[in-house]
Amino acid sequence: MDLTFSEEQDELRKVVRSFLAKYSDEAAVRRLAADPRGHDPVLWRRMAGELGLQGLAVPEEYGGSGFGYVDLGIVFEEAGRALLCGPYFATVALAAEALLRCDDERARRDLLPGIASGATVATLALTEDDGRWDAQGIGLTARERATGWQLTGTKTYVPDGHLADLLLVAARTPCGISLLAVGADAPGLDRTSLPTLDQTRKQARLEFTDTPARLVGTEGTAWPALERTLATASVLLAAEQAGGAAAALDAAVEYAKIRVQYGRPIGSFQGIKHKCADMLVDIESARSAAYAGLWALDAGDETETAIAAALAQTFCSETFTRVAGDNIQVHGGIGFTWEHPAHLYFKRAKSSEVLLGTPSHHRELLATRLGI
Amino acid sequence: MEVDFGPAVRDFRDELRDWLADHLVGEFAEHRGVGGPTDGAAWEVRLAWDRELSAGRWLGVAWPEEYGGRGLGLLEEIVFEYEYARANAPYRATVNALDLLGPMLLKMGTEEQKKRFLPPILAVEELWGQGFSEPGAGSDLASVRTRAERDGEEWVVSGQKVWTSFGIHADWLYVLTRTDPDSVRHKGLTLLLLPTDQPGVEIRPIRNLAGQDEFAEVFLSDARTHADMAVGEVGQGWRTAMATLGIERGTTLLPQQLGFEREAEALIDLARERGALDDPMLRRRIVDAWISVRIMRTTNLRTLAELTAGRTPGAQATTAKLYASTRHQQLGHLAMELAGPAGQIVGEDYGLDMRQRSFLLSLAETIYGGSSEIQRNIIGEQLLGLPKEPRP
Repeated sequence: MDLTFSEEQDELRKVVRSFLAKYSDEAAVRRLAADPRGHDPVLWRRMAGELGLQGLAVPEEYGGSGFGYVDLGIVFEEAGRALLCGPYFATVALAAEALLRCDDERARRDLLPGIASGATVATLALTEDDGRWDAQGIGLTARERATGWQLTGTKTYVPDGHLADLLLVAARTPCGISLLAVGADAPGLDRTSLPTLDQTRKQARLEFTDTPARLVGTEGTAWPALERTLATASVLLAAEQAGGAAAALDAAVEYAKIRVQYGRPIGSFQGIKHKCADMLVDIESARSAAYAGLWALDAGDETETAIAAALAQTFCSETFTRVAGDNIQVHGGIGFTWEHPAHLYFKRAKSSEVLLGTPSHHRELLATRLGI
Repeated sequence: MEVDFGPAVRDFRDELRDWLADHLVGEFAEHRGVGGPTDGAAWEVRLAWDRELSAGRWLGVAWPEEYGGRGLGLLEEIVFEYEYARANAPYRATVNALDLLGPMLLKMGTEEQKKRFLPPILAVEELWGQGFSEPGAGSDLASVRTRAERDGEEWVVSGQKVWTSFGIHADWLYVLTRTDPDSVRHKGLTLLLLPTDQPGVEIRPIRNLAGQDEFAEVFLSDARTHADMAVGEVGQGWRTAMATLGIERGTTLLPQQLGFEREAEALIDLARERGALDDPMLRRRIVDAWISVRIMRTTNLRTLAELTAGRTPGAQATTAKLYASTRHQQLGHLAMELAGPAGQIVGEDYGLDMRQRSFLLSLAETIYGGSSEIQRNIIGEQLLGLPKEPRP
């Protein structure tokens, strides 16, 4: 059984945590949250250059380090803990995964090394105006002209779509769902930043008008690969959510130790102590949910991954939101202010809950996959 | 569920699987899954099954050979519990002695105590009951009032114990007593081994809410035991008792969780039969029940992986009990809702089916082994470092 972290993995966690404590502290998070682009290229280069985080799980043949998903999950857990701002999730969990799962060796060789080295910021454009994360939600069309493929239509709620150098776009062709790659400077591409409730994760609306694009994989066969991409991203997001919840609990506990009411620290009252205990029970359960997904990914078991991913998204979404809300409750009035970081976690929790589809959507996926 | 514990234990596992296939037959097979920590159903059959296990040398897998065990390690013990639960064999009747007293004697007992008591436990010749709780001391064991005084070469014990699981069958009790009359709380306690076959010991059954006589209250009036029946140091009984409770949390969660998985699967089958899956509200709760048991599985596997890797288990080992006991009760409520009116009908003499028993007996899970409230205090104070409640 290899369901425990190795010493190397413990070390990876330590290194990433101290790196993010330094470069993604509260001041950095607030600065990037207030910045409409929400991206610090210097930090991005450091992540790639000093730690190789963008290419951690990209196979070596495509310029990455070839680590496993458990390793990558550790990074996401720590990124969630630090509320890391920027296009890490979009680039690594969505775009790189979509490339890895589409049957297109040339596209992988062309596009993955740039992602792994930190040179390319990328994202996956899937959702449209109705915000659906299923095949029926894809209406944007791709047509093959004499000069190549062209896209026409709209994508919206695209994570970091306003600044990505590379957009992987899910489109409909006469053969079915296909995936196409578009460069940021393609003609006929219009990008608008959307002001987001959760300022730590930016979104954009993309309009395509006869925009030239490159077909990735075989026409009409992209949906199964996209489903696998979404399952992987769901697991990584779950790890991020577990990490965010753990940070919210740490803050609550810290405060409960020092805040005195009625002559004693509030953490000595069972009303607060038991709430914090319940938060930890939920977080440990959320970790189990996320880790089960990571193990299934590393084992290469697609059926198990699909089940574990839907489970993890359902459970970790609800846990992070509940725990982040409880953190505000433990803090009382101060937790309700803009100045206090508690709301940053609460908003990240809520936006993460719908980032890849709501808990109801994932419950339904789970039920379907289990035959319930 | 299939877990590969590696090549080192594969022969052991195969031997066990073969043995279970050959011996878990007839009456034993008819009682698959019967029993539990507070469920005394089919006692005689289960006792016979324990003797069958003993004859196959499957009791005390990790106990030293000189006391009748197999002398194997923690990994084999885990594999045993796993395969045992997988085969859905009856819940062991002698679990009190096997999971609590035996490991405690191995850790803290004298050589004479080990030689005297361990072989009969493994041979299922002597049954044991635990005398920790008292009417005034449930989760708060430190307020134990049962007193023991030295009289020459003997201890004289008086007081009352309660909630002794399977106590009416006990030949011996291990009892937490106060040996220093002036002591308070954790100090001055001693753990004594006490024979029940004497005039000073009266054991009365207590009927639980499922209608079973599985608990007992024990009245001790000048009951006697020999001076060398103290386990661990005199006055250090708290430490001895705590070591026992720590042992209890080790490998016992795995079989319990496999049982919960079976219940969840049965629940889904029932829902399918009843057409309940078409009801979106019920369907959601059924999915959530499935999520709960799957999370229990992973949490337990995390703990087992850490134990077998020689690491100290993390926080999840402590939070698992609270999560499992709470979620199991929800599972029971859902099963009863799916069963509908049929679930409300019992057999002759309040005879319950498995689902009804599980539903009712799950109420004990948030009480025994430290209530949920105590669990939350432990998590808050020991894992999160929150300040203790002021104590009078």
